[in-house]
Amino acid sequence: MSANVQTPAQGYWETEPHHHEEGASTSLGFWVYLMSDCLMFAVLFAVYGVLGQNFAAGPGPKALFDLTLIAINTGFLLVSSITFGFAMLAMVKGNQRTTLIWLSVTLPLGLAFLALEIYEFHHLIHLGAGPQRSGFLSAFFALVGTHGLHVAFGSIWLVTLMVQINRHGLIPANRRRMSCLSMFWHFLDVIWIGVFTFVYLLGMI
Amino acid sequence: MSAHPNDTHGTHGHTAEDGHDHGSYKSYIIGFVLSVILTAIPFYIVMSGGFENRSLTALVVIAFAVAQILVHMVYFLHMNGKSDEGWTMMSMIFTVIVVVIMLAGSLWVMYNLNANMMPQMNHDTLGFGS
Repeated sequence: MSANVQTPAQGYWETEPHHHEEGASTSLGFWVYLMSDCLMFAVLFAVYGVLGQNFAAGPGPKALFDLTLIAINTGFLLVSSITFGFAMLAMVKGNQRTTLIWLSVTLPLGLAFLALEIYEFHHLIHLGAGPQRSGFLSAFFALVGTHGLHVAFGSIWLVTLMVQINRHGLIPANRRRMSCLSMFWHFLDVIWIGVFTFVYLLGMI
Repeated sequence: MSAHPNDTHGTHGHTAEDGHDHGSYKSYIIGFVLSVILTAIPFYIVMSGGFENRSLTALVVIAFAVAQILVHMVYFLHMNGKSDEGWTMMSMIFTVIVVVIMLAGSLWVMYNLNANMMPQMNHDTLGFGS
């Protein structure tokens, strides 16, 4: 009887760890990171939602925001999203040159977005509407600034990845990095939809 | 004794090269055109002054944002229930639930706090402080 109970036990315990190909779980792990990043942005949105009306007798959204500028900036991010998508498609086909070309189209668009945002921040601070002016402006700079920082780091990542691809070609490691940066870049675009809707458009109504 | 029931491991299917959907030129173009339309309309509505009813304008703008986020999820981030055996979708649903609870909860609590603290609890009227 005891033999009957014990023999199948061999099959229940795995003596060897699961074998996974290298990097098989990277994209899921990176996705989980993006979700945690999403929670961080949600906190910043909540802060903006709570503090967004506290002007401390200072300027409000209508006096400060320029929607034309924001529309151009949104355009930059949108176009950069599709050019990054084309870079991904070229990568899937294994075409290194086309991948690099599309990446080098994406980079200036990201930098143009950053330049316009820095111009906007500089303009606001010059008007005396810096982050220390009111609760509304503190929350605004925290939220929009964090998104801008993400785009800045995404651009740095883009440059390093272009160097990597140029040196080592479309090896599996670089393909993984491309997939991660692709998710990161599109994710930032999704966050920007929230920013331009809740901060700029709703502020101007 | 010699049977190895675990031999079936390691063969679970990877359809594409790395098991992920990268879309096509067509899907990217569709996503891009939809995003441009869904961005342009709310910008146009707000920049041309919006509707008579401000809350209606706000609702329309928010509806466009939600639609555009969905478009981005499907056409750019290639969300579906299959990648990584559904865990991508599961983690996203979990995040969305937490985000909704947190956003709605914060706004609700802080709105009530503001509404209940003003203005009859003002320090001057009650004679507190300096």
